[in-house]
Formats: sequence, C-alpha cells, structure tokens
Amino acid sequence: MSELTLKNVGMRYGDTVVLERLNLILDSGTFCAVVGASGAGKSTFLKLLLSELQPTEGSITLGGRPLPQEPGPERGVVYQRYSVFPHLTALENICFGLERTQGNALFGRTWGAKHRVLRTEARDLLEAVGLTAAADRYPGALSGGMQQRLALAQTLALKPELLLLDEPFGALDPGNKQTAHALLKQLWAERGMTVVMVTHDLSEAFTLGTRVLVLDKVREDPHSPERFGASITYDLPVDRSAPLRAASVPPVS
Amino acid sequence: MRRLLNLQPRRPLRLALFLAPVAAMLVTYLAFSDARLAENPQDRLLPAFSTMGDTLLRMAMEPDRRSGDLLFWLDTGVSLQRLALGVCLGALTALMLGVASGLIPLAGASLSPLLAIIAMVPPLAILPILLIAFGVGELAKVMLIAIGVAPFIARELEGRVRELPREQLIKAQTLGAGTWLTLWYVVLPQILPRLFDAVRLSLGAAWLFLIAAEAIASTEGLGYRIFLMRRYLAMDLILPYVAWMTGLAWFLDYALRALNRRLFPWYGAEAGR
Ligand SMILES: Nc1ncnc2c1ncn2[C@@H]1O[C@H](COP(=O)(O)OP(=O)(O)O)[C@@H](O)[C@H]1O
Ligand SMILES: [Mg+2]
Repeated sequence: MSELTLKNVGMRYGDTVVLERLNLILDSGTFCAVVGASGAGKSTFLKLLLSELQPTEGSITLGGRPLPQEPGPERGVVYQRYSVFPHLTALENICFGLERTQGNALFGRTWGAKHRVLRTEARDLLEAVGLTAAADRYPGALSGGMQQRLALAQTLALKPELLLLDEPFGALDPGNKQTAHALLKQLWAERGMTVVMVTHDLSEAFTLGTRVLVLDKVREDPHSPERFGASITYDLPVDRSAPLRAASVPPVS
Repeated sequence: MRRLLNLQPRRPLRLALFLAPVAAMLVTYLAFSDARLAENPQDRLLPAFSTMGDTLLRMAMEPDRRSGDLLFWLDTGVSLQRLALGVCLGALTALMLGVASGLIPLAGASLSPLLAIIAMVPPLAILPILLIAFGVGELAKVMLIAIGVAPFIARELEGRVRELPREQLIKAQTLGAGTWLTLWYVVLPQILPRLFDAVRLSLGAAWLFLIAAEAIASTEGLGYRIFLMRRYLAMDLILPYVAWMTGLAWFLDYALRALNRRLFPWYGAEAGR
C-alpha cells in the first residue's frame, strides 16, 4: 500500500556530511523507531521524510511514487515542542487540519452541516486522547503530556499514511510518558499507519517499535569528522512473541 | 539588616513611596508659584492652580469669541483624529510589509533591507517634503505620523514573524494549509497581539510627530495651541494642555493593553516559551 523506500539517500550541509548511504524498505504499517546519539542526524533523517529538506543524494519513494517535494497532509508530524498552535483551543487545534483540507483554497474553512460534522469528528478525537474536558482550553494551560496527546490527535485527524515523530515524549516525566506510550500504541494498532519515531530513549524504541534502526557513523575520520555521515548501523526487527535478543543480531554491512 | 536588593516594600509603604515624590513636586511648585505671585500678581510663568483651572474651564465651556468653537474640545478632537488616522494607516501598512517580509523569503529579500534603510530616515526631516507633496492640509500631518511609525512597526513585526517556530509552519503544511492559509490562520492571528504591542510602543513617537506637525503647519489641535500660546507666555494654558495630553497618552496605552488581554487570552501564556 504505502511502502516507504530509501535508495542510497545521503544528506550534506555544505561540506558537512550528516547522513550517507541510507537504504531502507519499510512495509506499510511498520512502527519504526530510530535511535542514535545526539547529533547523529535523527532529526535530519525525519526532515528528509517530511520533505522539509531534499536529500543531496539518492531518492525516497512513498507507495511507489517519489516523495512530494513539500510537506503535505499525507504525512503527519509531531515534534517535542511547538507541535500545537498556541492561539487555538484544543478543539480548534484538532479542527485545523479538517477545516483547511475540507474548505476551499481561498477561505480554507467550512460552514453549516459540513462544519458540524467536522466538529463532531474533532470531539471524538479529543475523547480518544482523553482531552474532552480540555476542549476549550488553550495549549498554554495544558500540561506537557496533554499537549503531546493533543498534537497526536491533531495530526491523526487527517489520517496520514506516514506518521513522523521527533522525540515526541522526550520532555515528559515517566508517568506522562507511559500514558502517552499506551495511547500511541493503541492509536497505531487501530489505524495501522506507518510510523517513524525518532528517540534517544532505547527502552522507548523497543517498547513501541516493531523495527528499530540505529543511526551511527560507520566510517570515522579523526582529522575531519565532517567527512563522513551516519548510516543505518543496526536494523533490528522486534519480535513481540519472543524475548528480546538484540545483542545477537549482526550489524548491517 | 537585609540586603537592599531583597527588601520588598509592603502595600502602605509602596503607596507612600509612590506619593512622596509626587507630593514633593506639587509642594515645590506651589511654593515657587506663591512666592512669585506674591511679588507680582501678574506673573505668568508659574500660574496658580486656580488660574490654570479657570483657563481650562474657559477653553472647554465658553465658545471662542472669533470662531464660536469650544477650543479645548476642538483641539482634542482634531489631534486625536490625526493621531488615530496616522497610527492606523502606519500600522496597517506596517502589518502588510512586516508579515510579507517575515513569512515569504522572496518578499523579504527586497523588503528587509529596504525597511532597514527607510527606518534610518529621520521622519521630521521629510516633513518639508510631505508639506510640499500633500500641502499643508490634514494629509501631510497624517502621513508624517504614518511614515514616522510604520518602519519601526514593520521591522518589529518582521522579526516577530521570523521568531515563529519553524515547526509551526511545517505543521500547518502537513495539516493542509498552503502559503495563503498559513498566513491567514497561523501567522496573522499570532501577530495581531504583537501588532498591538508595537503600536503601543510607537505611540510616543506618534505624539512627537503629531505635535511637531501641528506646531509647524496647522490652525487647530493640541500641539498647535500650546505653540501658539507660547508667544503669550500663557503657562496657565500650556501646563494643563500638557497634563491633558499625558493623560490621553496614558489612556491610549492602557486601552491597547486591555484590548490585547481581552482579544487574545492565549497571548503571553504560550507553551514552551
Ligand atoms: N541547518 C544545518 N546546517 C548545518 N549543519 C546542520 C544543520 N542542521 C543540523 N546540522 C548538523 O547535522 C547534524 C545532525 O543534526 P540533527 O539531525 O539535528 O541530529 P539529532 O536529531 O540526531 O540530534 C548535527 O551535527 C548538526 O550540527
Ligand atoms: Mg533532534
């Protein structure tokens, strides 16, 4: 359906090589967790998948077609911060995508019956992430965990084929994190979209992911560290029926 | 003894500390005024408060002998109208320029350096040009205020737009908004309260340009009146006029701030800032 493939993808900022030789085929519906040290290029990797950046080498396809050149509703994103609009209430934040995509190009909003259907849909989503009581509150009055759940609902309202998450729960305390994990797992199980989640938390990667990628440098030039970029050094399928034996998986050459 | 920087005044002390210098100034004025008036009852330099009150009352209640106008209200109305028109015109222009320059890189490439240069032009220096171009009528004065405040507001808003997290603009695109809808639903609503703030900060300059323009080319207005009365050393009119203008400026500032709080309840409480 919407298989994601990367062929020899590389990314350079000027002379600094950040990513190189990324090859990957992600089946539709995979929950792919990407881990790596800080500065390894995880966010850059996600920006490539989002078309915020264009790869300097190689090609990316989604569902067999080249990735659109600009971000669009077929791909959703949740960041660690700034994921929801501060000037809109929780409910309005969820309506944002529905209004923009269902309205015309000039006004970008809906009226009448269409509008009411849309609001109902948004309320259902709010309920799904447990924020019904906060519908009319602004994000500034929500806790970090609530904001991230709101961001998830906002993104999922448009049913993206590919959900991109950049350390979405990195700033949450353990309790909130667990709630958010459970919610994300449930939403993914229900909707079956492909997820790529960047994290620096290994246990998060292995509790949520069905496949875990490790980004790291294969080659290292001690005199000029910018010469080589990170690649996928480990590609670990997580078998949920068997106990984890990550150590026994050989590195990808 | 606690350190000075840790010492917080309580409520009554705070009030006393506020009132003390005000009272001191009033008392000083009264003392000097009384002394001069005792020497020469015709002295005009430091008029008694009663004289000022009488003059102000006459300006506000008695029609002018020549024109039949209530001069105080005429001056106030005319000046506020010029100020409002000039500031609104300037702010609207600045909003369009600033948002375009901050959001759209292609527009910013030409607008950004241009605004930086225009902001350096001393507005009063172009008053003669405005007078030549627009005549000595209302337009020149309104234009002076508009041109005086617009570059500052435009550059301020340009900066504020660029400060919007990149994540928000990307997010808007993944939610189906293009340039136009992002501008309309993400950027503008978040920039409006900042526009109000910028206008508030530029009101001082706006008053300056208003009074300068009125002093040079006008036949009524608060600024015109005080410069006219300077010739007669009519401090009994100038001082209350200055106090009145201060009051108006304070009220405008207060009103804009209250409006900002009322219209944009989320402003100032954004998450992650
Ligand atoms: N716009 C940019 N210009 C130059 N270098 C950049 C830019 N963005 C990121 N980098 C560099 O790319 C590397 C990877 O960054 P990033 O993808 O943010 O890492 P991560 O998300 O894994 O912490 C870092 O070394 C960073 O300095
Ligand atoms: Mg990062």
